[in-house]
Amino acid sequence: MNRFIKVTGLLMLSCGILAGCGEDVSHETAEKEESVQTKASSTEKEVSTYKQFAIEQLDEFVMATEGFVEAVKAGDVEKAKELYAPARMYFERSEPIAESFGDLDPRIDARLADIQAEGQGEEEWSGYHKLEYGLWEEGTTEGYEETADQLLKDVKELRAKVETVEVTPDLMITGAVDLLNEVSTSKITGEEEIYSHTDLYDFKANVEGAEKIFEIFKEKLTAKDADLVKKLDENFTVLDDLLAKYEDGKGGYVSYEKLTQEDTKALSSAVDNLGEPLSQMAIVVE
Amino acid sequence: MNTKEEQSLFKKGFSRREILKTAGIGSAGVILGATGFSGILTAFGETPFVDDNHETKNKVNFYGKHQSGILTKNPEHAYFVSLNCTAKSKVELKEMFQLWTRYSVQLMNGHLVEPDSANKLLPAPDTGEAVGLDASHLTLTFGVGPSLFEKSELGMEHMKPHELKDLPHFPKDQLDPRYVGGDICIQACADDPQVAFHAVRNLIRSARGLVTMRWSQTGFNSYGMKDKKKMTPRNLFAFKDGTGNPNVDDTKEMDEVVWVQPGESESWMSGGSYLAVRRIQMHLETWDRTALREQEATFGRHRDTGAPIGKSDEFSDMEIERKENGKSVVPENSHVFLARQVKDRMLRRSFSFSDGINSDTGSFDAGLLFISFQKNPQQFINIQNSFGRADKLNEYITHRGSALFACFPGVKKGSYLGAGLFD
Ligand code: HEM
Repeated sequence: MNRFIKVTGLLMLSCGILAGCGEDVSHETAEKEESVQTKASSTEKEVSTYKQFAIEQLDEFVMATEGFVEAVKAGDVEKAKELYAPARMYFERSEPIAESFGDLDPRIDARLADIQAEGQGEEEWSGYHKLEYGLWEEGTTEGYEETADQLLKDVKELRAKVETVEVTPDLMITGAVDLLNEVSTSKITGEEEIYSHTDLYDFKANVEGAEKIFEIFKEKLTAKDADLVKKLDENFTVLDDLLAKYEDGKGGYVSYEKLTQEDTKALSSAVDNLGEPLSQMAIVVE
Repeated sequence: MNTKEEQSLFKKGFSRREILKTAGIGSAGVILGATGFSGILTAFGETPFVDDNHETKNKVNFYGKHQSGILTKNPEHAYFVSLNCTAKSKVELKEMFQLWTRYSVQLMNGHLVEPDSANKLLPAPDTGEAVGLDASHLTLTFGVGPSLFEKSELGMEHMKPHELKDLPHFPKDQLDPRYVGGDICIQACADDPQVAFHAVRNLIRSARGLVTMRWSQTGFNSYGMKDKKKMTPRNLFAFKDGTGNPNVDDTKEMDEVVWVQPGESESWMSGGSYLAVRRIQMHLETWDRTALREQEATFGRHRDTGAPIGKSDEFSDMEIERKENGKSVVPENSHVFLARQVKDRMLRRSFSFSDGINSDTGSFDAGLLFISFQKNPQQFINIQNSFGRADKLNEYITHRGSALFACFPGVKKGSYLGAGLFD
């Protein structure tokens, strides 16, 4: 926010308190809102960069899902288990976009608990987590062929629909914070991947998704509040470093069950510390 | 606008009630830009200073010789929190206390910590749950624990008062690590539990990255009224708690018991006090099957009146050496008798708590958030040691939590919390 607006803000403040200059107040408000609007429209570049990113992610997601589905249908449990978590990362990274489709998102990503919470029965359950159940709980792919086929169909539909999403700065800003909220509410507690315990993959992908949005806004943000950028950079680094502690040396992550309460507490507070400044990113539209 | 006018303007702040009235019609609060209060002031090269607003209803002053929440009478609800410090330097910590100073004044004025922003994509700077509530006699008391001085990145080892150390292990202590220690504490007290909680929540939110929460405990006190005056509150054992306290209106007595005098500790503690906090479980089930006479013998006072055993007025002299047939009237293993075996005194400011049930035993998880203020932790230690294994009360209680904090002296207008320690 530039100095001019700050000064204006101060003058309006005096009006508000002294309550003696009502007309001026409305006039100034209009002026301020207008300036917010103008600047919002200058985020075109950022918006299209983000859309491009989401499309790329979902392209990869289709391919990775193809590989995973193939393994399931070939009855190769080990291979399918190996491909499961990495494939999901593309989805988790672009979740702000994927979530725009109210029906597709649950078909691909619902946990049994979500389905039940909706008052539906187990037969309504589909998607990745159902296959997760088969692979880890039952140790089989048998009987899951149809689920696998449907999953691939849904994922392809998602990819096709992305073209139609209207990406706005609002969606990006809210999305970045939502990604971290996802981490806080379900990844930290290990409630996302209750059979495979591959929560750290989703965790990492959510953080990367948020970081991407930050990177896209970084230039604009630096011009407005370099301190905020510095703070965000630092906090992303802290969190990335913490996550790196749990890499398994084979390009993946250790089972979430290996983490102690101290570990998850440290991760949780790193996420909170990042979330607070991240929620200030909305100043880019001012 | 000249500087004086700006200052007087900002001193007014934003009343939470005012915000209610004006919201949505282009009020001052709504129009202000995202960077908010401090941002605007910084644009004028001003250090933000907010004063106590004397027009605020139900207000306790922030500025003064001593911090609020120590001598402040009749606290109703408390939210006590112990924090870990994760600041990487003393400067970061100092800035946090500077911000907390400004926020504390705003909160104790019943105002938003920062005015709302015009940008609806930003979360509101104040979390908002106290909107519409007044200052509710909010007090905020800040202290630092021994472990803060052991952090080499802060470089404050040499500032540590030698009496600021973890409390020793006492006989019968059964401390639960989930309720022990801390680098920094905030004690928020108010007539309304939501006002107290709101204050702590906003302070912690403003310090994300610099502190993490270690443990917390809420507590409450309820006051019966007699002749329009509040009576001594009862704890969950139904006994009046606080009767034997020194008189907070007696400045001389307070200087002797509560306030660190110049030369008695590190200079940054002059005018400050040591806060001992114990989370004490009270075994209500056992207590409730104890005969009334036994209960009274446990404390050395009557339950109904709070009077010393054998007397009828709550405030009549204990006369602890009273004997009948060669036996002490006030039992020698009673809580009060033992407390009086040492010459040390303290100012107790405790709260009851009830935290649901203990999942292992199915009994109430209830007790006393014991808080006492004294100029030297040794006063607490001596009294607690006098109880030792002898206190009849031990049968009915278990100490689960413990911490000691050095509470800063009060803040002068224009200065900030802990200035003597950080400057
Ligand atoms: C759950 C634990 C406790 C309960 C229920 C309790 C309760 C009481 C009660 C009912 C009294 C008498 C009324 C009064 O003077 O306030 C009293 C007095 C007192 N208690 Fe406690 N107390 C507890 C723990 C402690 C602890 C941990 C200390 C300090 C180490 C302490 C120090 C004192 C002192 C100094 C007095 C005043 C004695 C006098 O001079 O008359 N109490 N307490």
